[in-house]
Amino acid sequence: MSGAFRIPSAGRLSQAKTARFSFDGQSYAGIEGDTLASALLANGVHLVGRSFKYHRPRGILSAGAEEPNALVEIKRDAARKTPNVRATVQELYDGLAAQSQNRWPSLSFDVGAVNDIASPFFSAGFYYKTFMWPKAAWKSLYEPKIRAAAGLGVSPDQPDPDHYSSRYAHCDVLVLGGGAAGVAAALAAAETGVRVILADEQAEFGGSLRFESGARIDGQDGFAWAQGAVAKLAAMDNVRVLSRTTAFGYYAQNFVGLVERVSDHLKAPGHDLPRERLWQVRARRVVLASGAIERHMVFADNDRPGIMLAGAARTYLNHYGVAVGKNVGVYTANDSAYAAAIDLKKAGVNVAAIVDLRDNPTGPVIDEARALGIEVNFGRAVVRAGGKLRVSSMTVQPKNGGGERTIPVDAILMSAGWTPSVHLFSQSRGKVAFNDETKRFVPGTYAQDCVSVGACNGTDGLSASLDEAYAAGAKAARDANARDYGAKAAKGTKPKVDASESWSRGMLGAAPGAGPDTTVKAFVDFQNDVTAKDIRQAVHEGMHSIEHVKRFTTNGMATDQGKTSNMHGLAIAAETLGKPIPEVGLTTFRAPYTPVTFGAIVSHARGPLFDPTRRTAIHPWAEAQGAVFEDVGQWKRAWYFPKTGEDMHAAVDRECVAVRTKAGLFDASTLGKIEVVGPDAAKFMELLYTNPWEKLEPGRCRYGIMLREDGFIYDDGVVGRLAPDRFHVTTTTGGAPRVMNHMEDYLQTEFPHLNVWLTSITEQWAVIAVQGPKSRDIIAPLVEGIDMSDEALPHMSVREGKICGVPTRLFRMSFTGERGFEVNVPADYGQAVWEALWAEGQKHGAAAYGTEAMHVLRAEKGYIIVGQDTDGTVTPNDAGLDWAVGKKKADFVGIRGMARPDLVAKGRKQLVGLKTKDPKVVLEEGAQIVEDPKQAIPMKMIGHVTSSYWSQNCGRSIALALVAGGRDRMGDTLYVPMPNGVVEVEVTGMVFFDETGGRLNG
Amino acid sequence: MAKAAAKKATTAATPSVGRRPALAGRTTSAPAVKVEVLPPAERISLRAPEASVAALSKALGVTLPKKPKTSASKAGRTALWLGPDEWLVIDEAGNDPLADCAGVSALHSAVGISHRNVAIAVTGAGAAATINAGCPQDLSLDAFPVGACSRTILGKTEIVLLRNAADAFRVECWRSFSDYVFTFLSEGSRDAAV
Repeated sequence: MSGAFRIPSAGRLSQAKTARFSFDGQSYAGIEGDTLASALLANGVHLVGRSFKYHRPRGILSAGAEEPNALVEIKRDAARKTPNVRATVQELYDGLAAQSQNRWPSLSFDVGAVNDIASPFFSAGFYYKTFMWPKAAWKSLYEPKIRAAAGLGVSPDQPDPDHYSSRYAHCDVLVLGGGAAGVAAALAAAETGVRVILADEQAEFGGSLRFESGARIDGQDGFAWAQGAVAKLAAMDNVRVLSRTTAFGYYAQNFVGLVERVSDHLKAPGHDLPRERLWQVRARRVVLASGAIERHMVFADNDRPGIMLAGAARTYLNHYGVAVGKNVGVYTANDSAYAAAIDLKKAGVNVAAIVDLRDNPTGPVIDEARALGIEVNFGRAVVRAGGKLRVSSMTVQPKNGGGERTIPVDAILMSAGWTPSVHLFSQSRGKVAFNDETKRFVPGTYAQDCVSVGACNGTDGLSASLDEAYAAGAKAARDANARDYGAKAAKGTKPKVDASESWSRGMLGAAPGAGPDTTVKAFVDFQNDVTAKDIRQAVHEGMHSIEHVKRFTTNGMATDQGKTSNMHGLAIAAETLGKPIPEVGLTTFRAPYTPVTFGAIVSHARGPLFDPTRRTAIHPWAEAQGAVFEDVGQWKRAWYFPKTGEDMHAAVDRECVAVRTKAGLFDASTLGKIEVVGPDAAKFMELLYTNPWEKLEPGRCRYGIMLREDGFIYDDGVVGRLAPDRFHVTTTTGGAPRVMNHMEDYLQTEFPHLNVWLTSITEQWAVIAVQGPKSRDIIAPLVEGIDMSDEALPHMSVREGKICGVPTRLFRMSFTGERGFEVNVPADYGQAVWEALWAEGQKHGAAAYGTEAMHVLRAEKGYIIVGQDTDGTVTPNDAGLDWAVGKKKADFVGIRGMARPDLVAKGRKQLVGLKTKDPKVVLEEGAQIVEDPKQAIPMKMIGHVTSSYWSQNCGRSIALALVAGGRDRMGDTLYVPMPNGVVEVEVTGMVFFDETGGRLNG
Repeated sequence: MAKAAAKKATTAATPSVGRRPALAGRTTSAPAVKVEVLPPAERISLRAPEASVAALSKALGVTLPKKPKTSASKAGRTALWLGPDEWLVIDEAGNDPLADCAGVSALHSAVGISHRNVAIAVTGAGAAATINAGCPQDLSLDAFPVGACSRTILGKTEIVLLRNAADAFRVECWRSFSDYVFTFLSEGSRDAAV
């Protein structure tokens, strides 16, 4: 027997399949198919948690996703601890281990409950009022304390070992909600042959048919009909059925996010099963069949364990075979609670009394309850509940005052009516409308291609819901499909409702038991501990907008998003304000509908898939040589190549000296490369770069500068003209994608008349820079068809030919100031050609060098790096690059920007060299520069260091800096104040090595 | 146009160094799908106005498709429509489309990108599901029939997708993204049975 409260004759679970589980260390038996909540209730356990603010004992309120109270931690192992799992959603598996939260030292004796006694202190707006003074205490005392007290549950402290998957899907009709209406809509749509996805958050479809014992469809029990219909749907090729799948967000153009819980219900999930699967569905039509959520009654101490929603109690009985008590009371303003009382009574549970707030309701359920001998009281209220860890009584009073009567009970079932679940509709930007007659918000104006059916649309009664849903499903299929295939009529037959239940309205807001006095705790929002008096107080303190009331009281702001509380809160605020509900308005529904794990959102994007790691064709060689890599955007670049015993400085010094005395090999493959082709290629280049290009002869190269419209440097690089109509453009590594976009943007929007096309060839070519006095000797033996003499191949030229028998674009160019070449070969040959060059280089003492040596070498020559020596506010003139601007050019991007008064004004920051007076001191990049170090702080800063290195070749430190009026300060002494002293520097030119440039041909 | 560049780049002499394709030998197999690297192929990025299409089609021996999301294939050469004036031409028969375009005088741009791209085959009943792990396109046979192609995304990278058969796709990506793409597809294939 799986629990003393299990009724063998009731429910749909097979008693044979026992599942053992533990709660707070205590062992229990449940049945497969139970939720943790139903299994606990079967064992008579109602107390499952402590509330957030007051640490009040809490039980199980609901039987579904709306649960605000029964939040527990599920622990599979040290790394798999999930806090805040709703016990009403978690399916039981053999061995499940759950723990209660927010209590110390134990659930039944919790020290934090002192907050309950001190509660006048914690009234609405408590945080805003209390922690204002003294101001200094906020950081040291209040914030740490509040943070420690905030939030429920404890986050796991180990990496998540589970994996999560994601799937994009498309369909004609997406049906959200698998109750009677959703299933009927899916049937109607699926029968036309269109693609249908039907999703429901529960393990089994059927929605409220789980508890509606009075429903009969097509001659069978309603729930059985749903199972049969879904099995039929699942067998159809055009239908995907997703159970345990919550639609959490409805985004633009019918894009819906769903999370499928794949293995949280399994005892031992297989290694290959993801824990959750994120579905991102684009649907032509969406059918919303999200049902309705029952509201509780707002009365004093309505949060005692054992007090729950009537529909939930009925679900526990009719589906799980669990009685929520032995002697239950019912408090209602609505017919549906009668059905719960009747079902329990028939199952042998004593129903002490039904207390109905309504004056003289009539109907078959009321008659039936009376006929079963249940005491029914009209026009009365439950004004308070007795008991602490479990409800022990309900105190009843005529609603207009009078004598009290206390009835002993061990559970109270309550129902204030049903709130249509318009969350997804509202997320779709649909506008809800208030129906004054039924006192509920229902879908009003639609913003997207969707339709609401059944209870979420405010449609009452099974028969009407099914009719509406079936018609809507067929219409959605027709509308979705009309664009492509023409309309097809539904071939199937509409399900026929043989018997159903009908519930009339309920009430909103506080019942008489919610006081007017200020000491009573009549909860509106269980999860955030918001009471009716908190909402009244908020209004009295001046919060007149429902959005302000919500934020002041935190009503509806917990992870349950106020599924049970929003309407009550709104009604109480409206009543206090003396305004009708629609004038007070409804707060906005936001995604996610229920909490979504980070794992599901992140999905595959973790570890190696967090972001692409780009490696060059030569990377494996560098790795084998022990290179240290640095990240440059998504690229891994060899930073330096330490030999045994070398630190970074030693390695970089050696590499720099090798390049200037012998030769160096450098992997420059990451440089952006764009092939510009077409008869107007030169015209296009003239417009995109500051330099002149028309007269550049094929076979020659030029250093080009690209500006933005505002006249500031955007990118630079060497460009080779391969043919009159073909340029090989290089860009910075980091700039490659944006330069391509910038060029394409101008080509398409400003210069569409030009016959020219751009193709990214960054990855077509591996690039091996061979630099240094021996560079030609290294390359020449391997090259065919290219005259390597200085006359035939001068500095800044390009030839096509072969190297090692593979095609090459051989550039003679230099970013080191030495004679240099850049060997472009098709990427798959990159490593092999590198190895051949390396072998040749070994004969000449060549070294491999990395990006750090490359930076030092170029700085020795005063070559700038865009993005390091420029920051988006530097003009060509500022950078000393006026020579690269075509003086005779009539137009190029940035030409007008460059002429702006402030860009030609005196005193602009200009790029200059800096030499420290002490040659051993290396400045810090980013350090600020001042004229007078003795001035008062804050000092006037006139510039900053952009590049700074130790230069072994110069035997001293070198630096580049942007300094106001820098070029007029040559030889001046400036100062760099640092934490441990002021560094004296001399302003110099930017070239520190080989000022005449003779080594380019050396 | 572009003759000089094209001719030189395509001389066929025996290289003294070996080709080392990215991802060489990598393969993965899940119950419903197989992910494997395809051999190197010749490729060009072809750009041309409408007026040049006939001449280029003739030179290439395959009719350049003009309809979005379509491709045309003949004798081991496939032309994929990528944009109103843009095609990716893939030759798996060892012939050089760049050389074929070099003789065309009609306005166009042909750029060799054989080494820029890496091709990965995704085959099996779960092929579409594998790709849909990170590609938002509708890969049903109605929306993406055999022969359909698209420049699209997979996870955080750009890919070109071609459907070779109901259960076979060719995924083209840039060389340095191939490790990411292959790993992503392998990961996606683990969950492709549903």
